[in-house]
Amino acid sequence: MEQQKVYYFDNNATTRVAPEVVDAMVPFLREYWGNPSSAYAFGAQVHGHVEQAREKVATLIGADPREILFTSCGTESNNSALQSALVTTGKRHVVTTKVEHSANINFGEHLEKQGFEVTYLPVESDGSLDLHVLEQSIRPDTAIVSVMYANNETGVIFPIEEVAAICRSKGVLSHTDAVQVPGKLPIQVKSLGVDFLSLSAHKLHAPKGIGMLYVKRRTRYSPYVIGGHQERGRRGGTESVANIVAFGRAAELAMATLEDENTRVRALRDRLESWILTHIPNTIRNGAREPRLPNTANIAFDFVEAEAVLMLLDQVGICASSGSACTTGSLDPSHVLSAMGVVPMRARGSVRFSLGIYNTSEDVDYLLQHLPRIIQRLRDISPLNPEHPDNDRYDIEAARRKHEEEMASVKE
Amino acid sequence: MSDTYTLYNPTVMDHFMNPRNMGDLKDADGVGEVGAAACGDIMKISLKIREGRIEDARFKTFGCGSAIASSSMATELIKGRTIEEALNFTNQEVVQALGGLPPVKIHCSVLAEEALKAALEDYVKRHPEHAQVAAGAEPVTA
Ligand SMILES: Cc1ncc(COP(=O)(O)O)c(C=O)c1O
Ligand code: FES
Repeated sequence: MEQQKVYYFDNNATTRVAPEVVDAMVPFLREYWGNPSSAYAFGAQVHGHVEQAREKVATLIGADPREILFTSCGTESNNSALQSALVTTGKRHVVTTKVEHSANINFGEHLEKQGFEVTYLPVESDGSLDLHVLEQSIRPDTAIVSVMYANNETGVIFPIEEVAAICRSKGVLSHTDAVQVPGKLPIQVKSLGVDFLSLSAHKLHAPKGIGMLYVKRRTRYSPYVIGGHQERGRRGGTESVANIVAFGRAAELAMATLEDENTRVRALRDRLESWILTHIPNTIRNGAREPRLPNTANIAFDFVEAEAVLMLLDQVGICASSGSACTTGSLDPSHVLSAMGVVPMRARGSVRFSLGIYNTSEDVDYLLQHLPRIIQRLRDISPLNPEHPDNDRYDIEAARRKHEEEMASVKE
Repeated sequence: MSDTYTLYNPTVMDHFMNPRNMGDLKDADGVGEVGAAACGDIMKISLKIREGRIEDARFKTFGCGSAIASSSMATELIKGRTIEEALNFTNQEVVQALGGLPPVKIHCSVLAEEALKAALEDYVKRHPEHAQVAAGAEPVTA
């Protein structure tokens, strides 16, 4: 595979594996490849490294190592939490939100087909959740409430502590998909008070295909992947040793880079965002400005379509993404932006830039140097513009005014 | 790096990167603008028609890479055709000329066909003397 310099602004999709992480895991591919469950020393010595990694991941979220369950990915962690809650409580209703990752949305639809009921909570136009509505959606037969910690498309942060408190007061289990959070916000499961929390290692500079589910002590758990006695009988399958070791090392790094992410990376994001909003006309931020992850900017470029923008960015080596999975088969605009009431035209033209610790000021300069030209080029091709008669149908100005009014009232 | 966007073949990429016939026609004889039900993308085609033949064609597209490439290719293909020929134009021709589109992107070429047909309808509305031809009855005599 040929590798040209890439300017990577897609850290919410996945992250570069840190060189320190590669160094930590390679010995477990080259030399210590034994099975940690084996009786002989060659295998069993590996076991200790798995447990050390578990301690590191536990430290990252302020948990006890026995509360950490390694899984194959964030998706499995989410699925496992919901499934376990339904099995252990025998109840039939799940509450989640309309803006979850497809790991929850599509699993919810799967549950509905099996006869369970799922409530997808709406969000406000700035992407935030009305906790009052959440509280009212909890019923006597509700097994679990699952609300993501931070949204992967907009970076909007949800008040998980309050969600968990409501759940406790109603005697309902709570889960949070915190996949986007480590390294960006400190996580303390004890103060959060949730029963379950999901992580995925590839979002914090470790390889893909390794995740974690935190299961609070004394919260009952019913395994989702059933097999051997691994993970103390809670998740079958021979441990993905090298990946687990990598996850442990990445957890240490995430704690060490928290500061950089919240100062330097945040400043880069803010510069990128405010430059675009002030220098490129007809652009608008999707989602609340705060509370928001320090690395994420989701921006609508009116009158152009995101896939075309991404293709032209790709031509100059810039990686970014759109919420809409247009290229992978779905033509619907982002379900997250739709849930926020963003008009389809604007949702179609929304691009997410997600930064990370490896981004430099030069990367942002490079992006800002190319972006205006790319947007202008596509606007020249587009039949839409502020004067276009069809704009009534798409109601761009009205939507913009409403959005801006709402944003202004949110800030107060 | 033009082959990095693996979804599209080089012909599609070429028409996306260097769209032909982009823009509006000042004194267009027919203009059609349609939206795709599938995704909400919008395409506009303007035609200059002289003596029953499409003399010039331009497009403007709010849409994905495949929509832009399809409109570029469609306007290339229909230039020089008679109204009757143009009315028989289908998206298949665009797909073929582009060397294929991913299945989920076929509707983008349909959008080009529909925009062209809308422009021809507009022309016929403005020139009722051609209604017969448009219905496919007789070839045009100027
Ligand atoms: C919020 C969120 N949840 C879950 C996932 C799924 O994680 P994984 O790819 O490890 O299954 C992702 C990333 O794709 C995500 O952003
Ligand atoms: S025109 Fe709809 S995705 Fe291309």
